[in-house]
Amino acid sequence: MEELILARIQFASTTLFHFIFVPLSIGLAFIIAVMQTMYVLKGNELYKKMTKFWGAFFLINFAVGVVTGILQEFQFGMNWSSYSRFVGDVFGAPLAVEALLAFFMESTFIGLWIFGWDKLPKKIHLACIWLVSIGTILSAFWILAANSFMQNPLGYTLQNGRAEMNDVFAVLTNQKLWVAFPHTIFASLTTGAFFIVGVSAWKMLKKADVEFFKRSFQISLIIGMVSALGIAFSGHSQATYLVSAQPMKMAAAEGLWDDSPDPAPWTVFALIDTDKQESTMRVEVPYMLSYLAYEQFHGSVQGMKNIQAQYEQKYGPGNYIPPVKTTFWSFRIMVVMGGGLLLLALIGLVLQWRGRLEESPAYLKWMVAAIFIPYIGNSFGWIMSEIGRQPWVVNGLMRTADGVSPNVSTGQLLFSLISFSLIYTILAIVMVYLFVKVIKRGPHEKLPEDVSATDPFNTEGNNYAFK
Amino acid sequence: MHLSELWFLLVSILFVGFVFLEGFDFGVGMGTKFLARTEQEKRILLNTIGPVWDANEVWLITAGGAMFAAFPHWYATLFSGFYLPFVILLLALIARGVAFEFRSKVGAKQWRLAWDWSIFLGSLLPPFLLGVMFASLIKGLPIDGEMNMYAGFTDIVNLYTVVGGIAFVLLSYLHGLMFIGLKTTGEIRERAHRMAQRIYVIIGVVVVLFVSLTALYTDAFREKGTFLIPLYSAAIIAYACLYYFMYKKKEGWSFVSTGLVLALVTSSFFVALFPNVMISSIDVVNNLTVYNAASGSYSLKLMTIVAVTLLPFVLAYQVWSYYVFRKRVTDKEHLEY
Repeated sequence: MEELILARIQFASTTLFHFIFVPLSIGLAFIIAVMQTMYVLKGNELYKKMTKFWGAFFLINFAVGVVTGILQEFQFGMNWSSYSRFVGDVFGAPLAVEALLAFFMESTFIGLWIFGWDKLPKKIHLACIWLVSIGTILSAFWILAANSFMQNPLGYTLQNGRAEMNDVFAVLTNQKLWVAFPHTIFASLTTGAFFIVGVSAWKMLKKADVEFFKRSFQISLIIGMVSALGIAFSGHSQATYLVSAQPMKMAAAEGLWDDSPDPAPWTVFALIDTDKQESTMRVEVPYMLSYLAYEQFHGSVQGMKNIQAQYEQKYGPGNYIPPVKTTFWSFRIMVVMGGGLLLLALIGLVLQWRGRLEESPAYLKWMVAAIFIPYIGNSFGWIMSEIGRQPWVVNGLMRTADGVSPNVSTGQLLFSLISFSLIYTILAIVMVYLFVKVIKRGPHEKLPEDVSATDPFNTEGNNYAFK
Repeated sequence: MHLSELWFLLVSILFVGFVFLEGFDFGVGMGTKFLARTEQEKRILLNTIGPVWDANEVWLITAGGAMFAAFPHWYATLFSGFYLPFVILLLALIARGVAFEFRSKVGAKQWRLAWDWSIFLGSLLPPFLLGVMFASLIKGLPIDGEMNMYAGFTDIVNLYTVVGGIAFVLLSYLHGLMFIGLKTTGEIRERAHRMAQRIYVIIGVVVVLFVSLTALYTDAFREKGTFLIPLYSAAIIAYACLYYFMYKKKEGWSFVSTGLVLALVTSSFFVALFPNVMISSIDVVNNLTVYNAASGSYSLKLMTIVAVTLLPFVLAYQVWSYYVFRKRVTDKEHLEY
């Protein structure tokens, strides 16, 4: 039992940590590719500077994303060996494709991009960053294909006590994949866009390199606006999917114990009591849940008690209700973050259109803080998605408790959990430190290697500075 | 040929490819402590592998992914059974990977010292752990009837496996020295040559010792002697040729020779294993084989099509990236790392 809890804490913390870096990498790779395209097409050095400056963040972030990703690839076997045996056939395949198709592409072309500025023709060098960007997006697609199997298992048959794949098209046309993939990509683009917008806002407030940062701000704000809209629409399609494929998650996300009235209202706020199985003090928006679920203004949504009774018949006795409060509140936090981003982007576009960005310090300050909004939304989105699936690791097929490695002891788990947490904490601190350093340096100053030459405490630096 | 046999071959190739490519990366990483004398030399070394190390590491990740897809039981038993070695391997690879990117971003001495140690240990521990793992795989491990491995410390760490680990570290270092010879100029290039000549004999002795212990501690030669003897003979010939190439200062051929030795030694593990993928020291009926550990035929067929389609492209662009960065790295140019 202790092993299960520790293994779950480790998986949750390492995966959430990994997903701090993934969206920013996907978002920045795309925006940088756009900037470099403008440089190659227009020949304007400003865009080259932009590419390099924002590229510095991308590379620091990408490095952490890559190394924390290796752990992801290995920890299914390490901590969830029973799960891996059961689903490897159909879950392992997309992971292998991800490595073959996406990881090789990203890693090779990022090497070519970093080191190839003076070695490759301009257009081929530009193609490299686009291939990196495509690689990051493909990577998201294949890992989501794997995750979609956990949420909504399709294209398999139970054989030899395992889930064996028998229809790859069913795996790849899983509705969950096609609602989650755009949602994740739009969220990633938004993360990248708001990062650039936020840093630019900071520099504009400081009146440093205003032209450079204003232009970066404008490009990214447009991308941020479009992708925030994308999040909203793709999020809506997630809800329609949930009602039909994962009704328990939907009911938990709404704190709905009994079947809803028809038409179903959407709950803004409620006090949830999991012992008494009731939600009180509901603040509701009439008709809205019906609309979210069925795209029409009528229709009732099933409650948890009802679904629990159905599942007991289907799967035998047991508790099939996920942690309701976590699911409920994660969903709300995510939605509020998404809405906030949309609103901020909209205000920004109006200010930009009126040419009053620089005279709106209050707005710029908001945008600095807004750097963190996508991260909060991303994390709580995944918490809702994964917690809402409990007690299942593969929905309706395997319980999380049955997936854990039987041969990994509490001591081993404590060692790994503590050491991973420690090294991840160090990585986080170092990364923030480096980000701040790059921000302070700005786009025009010398390259970092010369820093050592001017550091009075670094005698080694002096040695080769005068060679 | 059964598809699961083909996938065993493919997983073996991925591991061999990883050891050949990342082997010299690891060697160069060790060289930052053992070979480089100045800050500038360290940076030159790091920049020789700068553009390629990440893609080389993906060979390991892909090997893991391919195991997961084609041999779920092998993946599950291996990764959970070697839990702590994998934790340490991951810590090492995490520290090393970010160190490349972070090291030269700040000039302070302590900063660089910390990342230097990350690079050094991150390059030393992985080949050691992989050597230990490969050796214990052919020696056999306590695997029960449920395919779960419950290994004690001495099941994994013992004389035989430790010699295997050391052999892997030394071969990787030698391979790295050859790469340095190939990619640098001047003083450090000469020093790499001299260092390689100095440690040539001792590395040969360790590798021969390891092969002898394999004959002593495992069934490998009894079961697969007809394949292993030619394989090790080829490795010995390659190692002898290395001496000639070093003497003649043929850097390309020297690099190929050390790579060949590493590749042959790594292949020998898979030859010795086949058709098993994990050998149980408790009972042979508990052995995981390419047949009982494999995925269903639908998955294997599908994955074969995917791999056959994608691998040529992967190989093509990786070769191209080596072609783009074929020139020697000097301190005259801008050093990214």
